[in-house]
Amino acid sequence: MARNQERLTFPPLGQPGDPLLEVRDLHTSFRTTRGTVQAVDGVSLSVASGRTLGVVGESGSGKTVLSRSIMGLLPPRDVVRSGTVEFAGHDLTTLPPEQLRQVWGAELSMIFQDPMTALNPVKRIGVQITESIRLHQGLSKKDAMASAVALLHQVGIPSPEDRVRWYPFQLSGGMRQRVMIAIALACSPRLVMADEPTTGLDVTIQAQILDLLSSLQKERNMAMILVTHDLGVVANRADEIAVMYAGRIVERAPTKKLFANTHMPYTRALMDSIPRLSDPSGTRLTAIGGRPPDLINPPAGCRFAPRCSYAQDKCHQSEPPLRSTGEPGDHLFACWYPLSGSATVPVTLKEPPSAGSPTPSNPATPPKDPS
Amino acid sequence: MLKYLGKRFFQLVVVAFVISVLVFLLVRILPGSPAQVILGSSYTKEAAAQLNAQLGLNHSLIIQYWDWILNIFHGNFGQSYINNETVAHELATGAPIDLELIILSQIVAFAVSIPLALTTSRRPNRWFDNVSTTGTFGMLALPPFVIAPIMVAIFAVNLKWFPATGEVPFTQAPLTNLHDFILPSLAITAGSIAVYYRLLRSDLIATLQEDFITMARSKGLSNRTIMLRHAFRPSTFSLMAAAGINIGGLLAGTFIVEYLFAIPGLGYTLVVAVNQRDYLVVQGITLVVALAYVVLQFIIDFLFTVVDPRVIRE
Repeated sequence: MARNQERLTFPPLGQPGDPLLEVRDLHTSFRTTRGTVQAVDGVSLSVASGRTLGVVGESGSGKTVLSRSIMGLLPPRDVVRSGTVEFAGHDLTTLPPEQLRQVWGAELSMIFQDPMTALNPVKRIGVQITESIRLHQGLSKKDAMASAVALLHQVGIPSPEDRVRWYPFQLSGGMRQRVMIAIALACSPRLVMADEPTTGLDVTIQAQILDLLSSLQKERNMAMILVTHDLGVVANRADEIAVMYAGRIVERAPTKKLFANTHMPYTRALMDSIPRLSDPSGTRLTAIGGRPPDLINPPAGCRFAPRCSYAQDKCHQSEPPLRSTGEPGDHLFACWYPLSGSATVPVTLKEPPSAGSPTPSNPATPPKDPS
Repeated sequence: MLKYLGKRFFQLVVVAFVISVLVFLLVRILPGSPAQVILGSSYTKEAAAQLNAQLGLNHSLIIQYWDWILNIFHGNFGQSYINNETVAHELATGAPIDLELIILSQIVAFAVSIPLALTTSRRPNRWFDNVSTTGTFGMLALPPFVIAPIMVAIFAVNLKWFPATGEVPFTQAPLTNLHDFILPSLAITAGSIAVYYRLLRSDLIATLQEDFITMARSKGLSNRTIMLRHAFRPSTFSLMAAAGINIGGLLAGTFIVEYLFAIPGLGYTLVVAVNQRDYLVVQGITLVVALAYVVLQFIIDFLFTVVDPRVIRE
């Protein structure tokens, strides 16, 4: 028992930019009756204090599993996980459950996608906020409630003194998501995982919620992993973006770089599917044909190849490694025939580790496979 | 809240009226008249007519019903013409036995099924869950009239821990009385345990899949807190509904156990009265039991609102 109650210690909160989370080669798979689903397949990423990482991918790309796997929230039964998750000096993959619970909610918390199902329908929202404050900060019922009222005020809920006694069903969707944010931020965590925090909301409310998150994040020097299927959501808010496809990161770069110089056709396809105000009305959005691959039997070669309009023979045969452009400021991508952001300036590529050197490509005229 | 309960209360009054009419009519439908039973071999048409006039059975059904109901409002349920006891007395001696059987058996049922379901639902289909589920399935398959003789043979006849039959009234010797009721209560409780356990277990397993449980885990709450504070309450709907029906069924429904243990509760008294066409006793007991059933459902409806505030809105 004594061992279980051992308190974890955390280093003092660093300056913005200090390393906070370092995920190395994370694999997560589910055993099902059909076979093993490799939902997260060798993902490495890092988030610095106070910064935002956007994780983008379509449904089924493994981004939700990734966020839950980083936290260690997946039920251990039927889930196999390997790799390391270094968070504020502790490897979350090796912490015993009792110690992991000291991290959850206190230093690392999560905002869920659907505030209707993620809030307990039969508990007053005040209690749902105070329970983690009381658990982690040991406040009395009264002090915790005062702190819950202050939190609700901060997330922009009017007359919070009364609302703490309300039930989730008495609140609108936007209000519920604000409550969820209040719960996630109750103990001032270092890192918050926001898993599609605005997917279920109106577009106008979406912007409000995202702006609220950004401003609270700045106030508290809190890091955030913003998981979304919508590149438009992270375009202005994330410092860095990781694009996921079929359980892998296929491109990762600082946001500006990613938009200025997209290398991976999948990322480009995601960008093309964002509606633009400058387009004349009636413009059809470009959709990505086909569906994400079956993660039980992923295709050989590049997993995006079957849907990629630039795919060559090599793409179907061998899998492109995640490699750097070699420019300053990490820009990683996994593609044999990368696009370049502008047709006139070809990207200089480093030799890929295993295969022969591919020629820089132009999206308009995909080059012939050299091998 | 008050509006919801007011609505339910109005329904309760309507149902009570309908029940009283049905009870009254059903007894008239039974083959054989009271006069036939009372007069037996000395039955003649004249004697029957005289007796019916004496009992008020010569009036129209509406007047008979009106007389009966009016008297009930004055606390007078009439009297048995078999043993001349008042029906009120039959109720007063029988009801405590039923109540005690129900209360004891249900306390045991909840005390066993709830912790068991909370334990097994966290790890469904593991060995402990399989043992419990199979065990309760067996309990469900064994009716009280099988369990009771087995328990009597073991605990009363061989071990002599409990009396095989009879009881001392609670007011005379509470402890002896409780002791006397242990075997009959256990004979009833097995079925309740099985039903409650299985319903609560499957509802808990469903609740544990919900997002708000993952959310509760992500706050760092302990498994115990999650089970008791987050998962249990939203999982009790089927349990409460089933408990309402089950307890309602046990009201005067424990005839077999009462008979086997020679503790004449309402169920026993009712069956005897039906066989003897003791119609005022039948009417009185059936009405009281039906009303108790309706009140019980009213209480369950109220509990729903306590457990889930959304019920009032819907």
